[in-house]
Amino acid sequence: MLHIINKSPLSGNSLGSCLNVATGGEILLIEDAVYAATSGNAFEKKIREAMGRFKIYALLPDIEARGLADRVIEGVSAVGYDGFVDLVVANRNCQSWL
Amino acid sequence: MSEESIKKFMFVNRKAPYGTIYALEALEVVLITAAFDQEVSLAFLDDGIYQLKKGQQTKGIETKNFSPTYRALEGYDIEKLYVEKESLEARGLSEEDLLVDVTVLSRAEMGNLMEEQDVLLSF
Amino acid sequence: MPQIEVNGKTYETDEEGYLVNLADWNMDVANYIAKTENLNMTEQHWEVIDFLRKYYDEFQIAPAVRVLTKAIGKKLGPEKGNSQYLYELFPYGPGKQACKVAGLPKPTGCI
Repeated sequence: MLHIINKSPLSGNSLGSCLNVATGGEILLIEDAVYAATSGNAFEKKIREAMGRFKIYALLPDIEARGLADRVIEGVSAVGYDGFVDLVVANRNCQSWL
Repeated sequence: MSEESIKKFMFVNRKAPYGTIYALEALEVVLITAAFDQEVSLAFLDDGIYQLKKGQQTKGIETKNFSPTYRALEGYDIEKLYVEKESLEARGLSEEDLLVDVTVLSRAEMGNLMEEQDVLLSF
Repeated sequence: MPQIEVNGKTYETDEEGYLVNLADWNMDVANYIAKTENLNMTEQHWEVIDFLRKYYDEFQIAPAVRVLTKAIGKKLGPEKGNSQYLYELFPYGPGKQACKVAGLPKPTGCI
């Protein structure tokens, strides 16, 4: 199952809820959610913990747009729009945590 | 309708009712989906729980109170309403505070149920 | 916004002739709309109109035809809770036509 997040973890609870409820699978961080994938952010610890249960991806164009390309947490895979499509295709279902 | 063409649809409601349009939009899509004879369920978590709070009075904000419509869902053969226990408790609410009969699930049960769905519609 | 005039009073309607304001509804308006729909209102028609208004009052939506049919069957008996009976009363669709006379918005889920 694919989980898509598009809100910063520092201003909302979308990512937090996803980590609480979802049992596993893949997480794709897009738009403002890519802040969660950057080292030094207050949510980093939770992201690292989640790596045991989830494979975590972040959308590179959104990371680059925010000037954070050099800060992506190790273990988070940066993907392009083609990778986004691949993830949607590869998973049986998908939940957007708006 | 043949068995194979019936899919499991889950509407995931995570927003409070009047601050944004999500809750009302979800409800309208649910009512339309009911016409297609699919297996439809609704999940309420986070602030989505507030959609089901009893006693909503919207006169003062000049907005339509659509909470009574959740009670119509049974007539539309939509009887599976799930509420996440932790979200309910975090808001100081219990089943008695809700205007419809629901099934309360733990986080883990909710997560498993989501995995089972063919289609998740997120609001 | 289109309007209709009944007994010297004007009422707003949408493009399809549904009343805009629920509170505007009264028997005169209902009879006027029924006439524009070529309906000869009988006791059986009013029974459905009354049912719809009560349904709306309780649930804040106009029911889909399937739901209306089932609910009428439950309340008024199986000889009335079937589409044949309801379509005989409202040939252009019990949902659309009866809701219009009842002063309700077009049913949600009416596709």
